[in-house]
Amino acid sequence: MTESALTEAVYYILLSLLTPMHGYGIMQNAETLSGGRVRLAAGTLYGALSTLVAKGWIENVPDGDAGRQKKYRITRLGREVLEGEWQRLGELYENGRKLLKGEDGTL
Amino acid sequence: MRKTVHKVIWGWDFDKEEAWLNEMAAKGLSLISVGLFRYDFEETDPGEYQIALELLAHGPNHPESEQYFKFLEETGVEQIGTVFRWAYYRRKTADGPFEVFSDKESRMKHLIRILWLVALVAGGNFYAGVYNLWIFHLWHNPISLLGIFSLVLCALCCWGIWKLWKKIKTLKDEGQIYE
Repeated sequence: MTESALTEAVYYILLSLLTPMHGYGIMQNAETLSGGRVRLAAGTLYGALSTLVAKGWIENVPDGDAGRQKKYRITRLGREVLEGEWQRLGELYENGRKLLKGEDGTL
Repeated sequence: MRKTVHKVIWGWDFDKEEAWLNEMAAKGLSLISVGLFRYDFEETDPGEYQIALELLAHGPNHPESEQYFKFLEETGVEQIGTVFRWAYYRRKTADGPFEVFSDKESRMKHLIRILWLVALVAGGNFYAGVYNLWIFHLWHNPISLLGIFSLVLCALCCWGIWKLWKKIKTLKDEGQIYE
């Protein structure tokens, strides 16, 4: 589905947006999911969100309260891309396991 | 208590500028407002704030930028001020490490944005310099000798472009191995 590997930031943004949330929520979520390893800086996140909206992978959640923070959610296309990436990562992981740890995983 | 420092730092050295401002913040002098080559500090607890700066994609009063500032604010970032398109931010150290960009791609985009700006200034000064020296050659009008100043500025910008290009190249090379 994907042309090439997604960046870690994009992967965690898409993953986070399976549940609609706003920017700050994504930052916290990515950090929690990765055990504190992935910290999305605000500028990077903002740029990625704009690009992903333009690509149609995520969308703004219509919100009656216009003054409030923007909430985003993943689109069907975004979900397909995410699943494609998840499978690709699975392949990487599986091949690594086979060759590093042996076919039966005991080495 | 406030303290004002005048210091000339060029745009391509923004990382050094940021490092210096963070050193000041670590000593308990946090940036509170900025002007052209002017920095005003206020006394805070040592290390209370971390400072970052960025060349904006749009002018500071552009609706895009306003929306962006609002987004930053939601993540605990306080906008200190702007000089042309340069924006200065600070955030409480207690909120964790503070950077505007966290991956190579966005860092590279930012560097390229700066490179374009410097190239534009270099080009403008080159044109102004050559034009004025040509006028001097024709009319011997002493004021036109100011064209030399433009050419010096242009040369300085070329040096900046070279420095920026090296930074971009380093990121690019790393990008072939790491994300």
